[in-house]
Amino acid sequence: MPINYYIFLALALFCIGVAGVLTRRNAIIIFMCVELMLNAVNLLLVAFSKMHQHALAVTNPQAGIDGQLFVFFIMVVAAAEVSVGLAIIVMMYRNTHSTDVNFLNRLKH
Amino acid sequence: MGITQILFWGLSILALLGAILVVISKNPVHSVLWLIVVFMAISGHYILLNAQFLAIVNLIVYAGAIMVLFLFVFMLMNLNADTEPQKNKWLKIAGVVAGGSLLLVLVAALKHADMKNQLAVMNKGEIGLIHNLGLVLFQDYVVPFEITSVLFLSAMVGVVVIGKKD
Amino acid sequence: MINLVWLIPVLPLAGFLINGLFRNSLSKGMTGIVGCGVLLASFILSLLIFGQVRQDGFHAVTVTLFDFISVDKLHIPFAFQVDQLSVLFLLIITGVGFLIHLYSTAYMHEEEAPHYARYFSYLNLFVFSMLLLVLGANFVILFIGWEGVGLCSYLLIGYWFKNIEYGNAAKKAFIMNRIGDLGFLIAIFWMITQFGSVTFTDVFGGAKSASVGVITGITLLLFVGATGKSAQIPLYTWLPDAMAGPTPVSALIHAATMVTAGIYMIARSNALYSLAPVSQTVVAVIGLTTALFAATIALKQNDIKKVLAYSTVSQLGYMFLGLGVGAYTGAVFHVMTHAFFKALLFLGAGSVIHAMGGEQDIRKMGGLRKALPVTSITFLIGCIAIAGIPPFSGFFSKDEILSAAFAKSPVYYVIGLFTAMLTAFYMFRLFATTFSGTFRGTHEQEHHLHESPLAMTIPLIVLAILAAVAGFLGIPDALVPNAHVLEHFLEPVFAAGGEHPAVEVSHGTELGLMALSAGLALVVSLLAWSRFKSKPELAEPTGFGKVLANKWYVDELYNAIIVRPLNGLAKFFVWLERWIIDGAVNGVGRLVQYGGRQLRLLQSGQVGGYVLLMVIGILALFLVELFVKK
Repeated sequence: MPINYYIFLALALFCIGVAGVLTRRNAIIIFMCVELMLNAVNLLLVAFSKMHQHALAVTNPQAGIDGQLFVFFIMVVAAAEVSVGLAIIVMMYRNTHSTDVNFLNRLKH
Repeated sequence: MGITQILFWGLSILALLGAILVVISKNPVHSVLWLIVVFMAISGHYILLNAQFLAIVNLIVYAGAIMVLFLFVFMLMNLNADTEPQKNKWLKIAGVVAGGSLLLVLVAALKHADMKNQLAVMNKGEIGLIHNLGLVLFQDYVVPFEITSVLFLSAMVGVVVIGKKD
Repeated sequence: MINLVWLIPVLPLAGFLINGLFRNSLSKGMTGIVGCGVLLASFILSLLIFGQVRQDGFHAVTVTLFDFISVDKLHIPFAFQVDQLSVLFLLIITGVGFLIHLYSTAYMHEEEAPHYARYFSYLNLFVFSMLLLVLGANFVILFIGWEGVGLCSYLLIGYWFKNIEYGNAAKKAFIMNRIGDLGFLIAIFWMITQFGSVTFTDVFGGAKSASVGVITGITLLLFVGATGKSAQIPLYTWLPDAMAGPTPVSALIHAATMVTAGIYMIARSNALYSLAPVSQTVVAVIGLTTALFAATIALKQNDIKKVLAYSTVSQLGYMFLGLGVGAYTGAVFHVMTHAFFKALLFLGAGSVIHAMGGEQDIRKMGGLRKALPVTSITFLIGCIAIAGIPPFSGFFSKDEILSAAFAKSPVYYVIGLFTAMLTAFYMFRLFATTFSGTFRGTHEQEHHLHESPLAMTIPLIVLAILAAVAGFLGIPDALVPNAHVLEHFLEPVFAAGGEHPAVEVSHGTELGLMALSAGLALVVSLLAWSRFKSKPELAEPTGFGKVLANKWYVDELYNAIIVRPLNGLAKFFVWLERWIIDGAVNGVGRLVQYGGRQLRLLQSGQVGGYVLLMVIGILALFLVELFVKK
């Protein structure tokens, strides 16, 4: 498969995620859209890793493997991030009885 | 068009569809479920790219653990379609236009890039196997790997602190 | 001794500081002693220096105190120049100044102690400035003194500052002086560009190699300064109004010293003027016109001080005529004699006003001879002196100017002689109306009439003696050969300026002219005396007399052609400032405020809004990076 297809697919997923972040008000949905964007990036990383493996297989059989390891680390960070993020949202819900981000307008002050 | 291509297109369409439905679903629980579909489609892509380890981790961590956590939070808060206030219509349109034009710009920028000969190989290659990844992870990347444990620890502490009733 | 010359101006400065700073704690007696004492000390020092200067073979000495301004190649030292001319002025200023200070102690005695001290501190500051003016060795020091005396004049005219009219008179004097000073200042700048120095010797030395046009320009600008300070047409109208100040001030500043600063400056610059015949002609014509013009106005004035003020303007015109025709010694001689007799007349007028309890209108006086014997006799001596009747001082100095004018052009002489007749006429009109006839004031005033105290009469007597005999310093060659002491004394200063008129008048002609002018003065004086001694002019003047009484309507004319358009312009600028400039400034402010209010809405605090802006920003960066930058 040519790499373009993966690039465009990942871009499309990423931009859908961006649009989701911009259009929704529910903090959890916004969070989910962020996860979607992360996954789009992960997909692209894996695709690039395979591309590099194809291109450099002759000289280096391990070429491209760090791309996949990077994905692994991203997943690790994402898991940690989700746990903290959800905790914050739960906390916010406990205070405002809503998950509407428009309540988070303290930045104005 | 071989089976690989058919699978690629099928999974791609499924992923995009799922992603769009995540954004537009009124019911948050539906969004979560559609997001799981997207993750599964992406895992399918990983398998197509011969990255079995990542495919499995993706399913377990994302589709399994994280999405369950999301679902759990939704259930906890008893949110449903009519609890979410609607955003300003113009702001919504602006959001869609912004996201769409971002896509447009990036596609337009990359369209002429000469990458026809750059292929992402499929069904081949050993790098995605757990054996090879493990070797590299525990030799070259052992320090970052260990540091992630600190990250998790701090995340755990943070969650406890935030969640504590004061 | 000459190195101590700096003490002469410093002493009055010290007096100014003491009286000015401690005016609330000093008693009147102390104030008077300090004020007069410093002047007496300065006078004695001046006499000592004079003794040194008058020796034969004396050369001008420059005493440099410190470097005042030093910019690039321009060096202006704070230096004093001691020569015959400056010493002569030193003597006049400190001598007459001392007498007037003494007179003031009695005249101002009714003032409260702090104001009394204020008066003396101003007076001392004035003397300091005036001494700086005549001692300065360059035009900048001269200008400092020049401005200083202007300031003191303003302060002293407005001494009774609670009276708004007096305050306006002070402002008028100050502003008219500023107009002239501008000319002076430009002249100084021109000198700096032309000669690279303002020191007298450098300028006069360099003038010989400069073009006539430049010298004419500089001298005319200097003369503009002189017209302001010395009250010549067109800037003379402040001087009559300056009579708002206390009478001793009028005597010291507006008759004897400050107004002669212009004469001093031009006499000092004689080397420049002799190189610019056009300027000399201008000086002579302006001086002559002013003399005639002011004399005609003086004919119909009824305020005792106004008559003297116009007479001062007229006499100053004479001095400028003398300068213009090259009779520098004559002009300086007249400055000296005028200082004596005009100070005498003003102090006499002050004595009369004192006796009359503040009344200045001569129509309400009359017959004061009996009540004020000393004042009337000294006043008479002053009148004879100013009228030019020999052997009193005014005759000699006026005659010297007139004969020089005759040598230049008979037209000058005829007008000058006519003016001299007018002078004699209005002075004796004043004297007759004031001192002879019957008393026309109120009964209370008549009861109150008294001769002034000693502190006032002593200066009158001293000045009367001086006014009577000072003329013998300058006896013309035609009468006694080689008896002109003053000319001999001042010769080194005026040598460069070509002291002698181009055409010498023969001794015979000169004698004839002298006899003519003396005879006419005597006749006119007697005429005026007999005309006014028993039936003074009390009715309101009509016809041409009214024009004269209203000073040719010059003030009204100035108001109409200068003051009113300027006021209109000022109003227009106020409008412009308020609506256009303020409007623009406020408009910018309002625009920014409005913009700020609108932009503030962007900072909604909504996370979503910020993210949207962030995405738009990323988009813009991508667009620039990917498409524009290529």
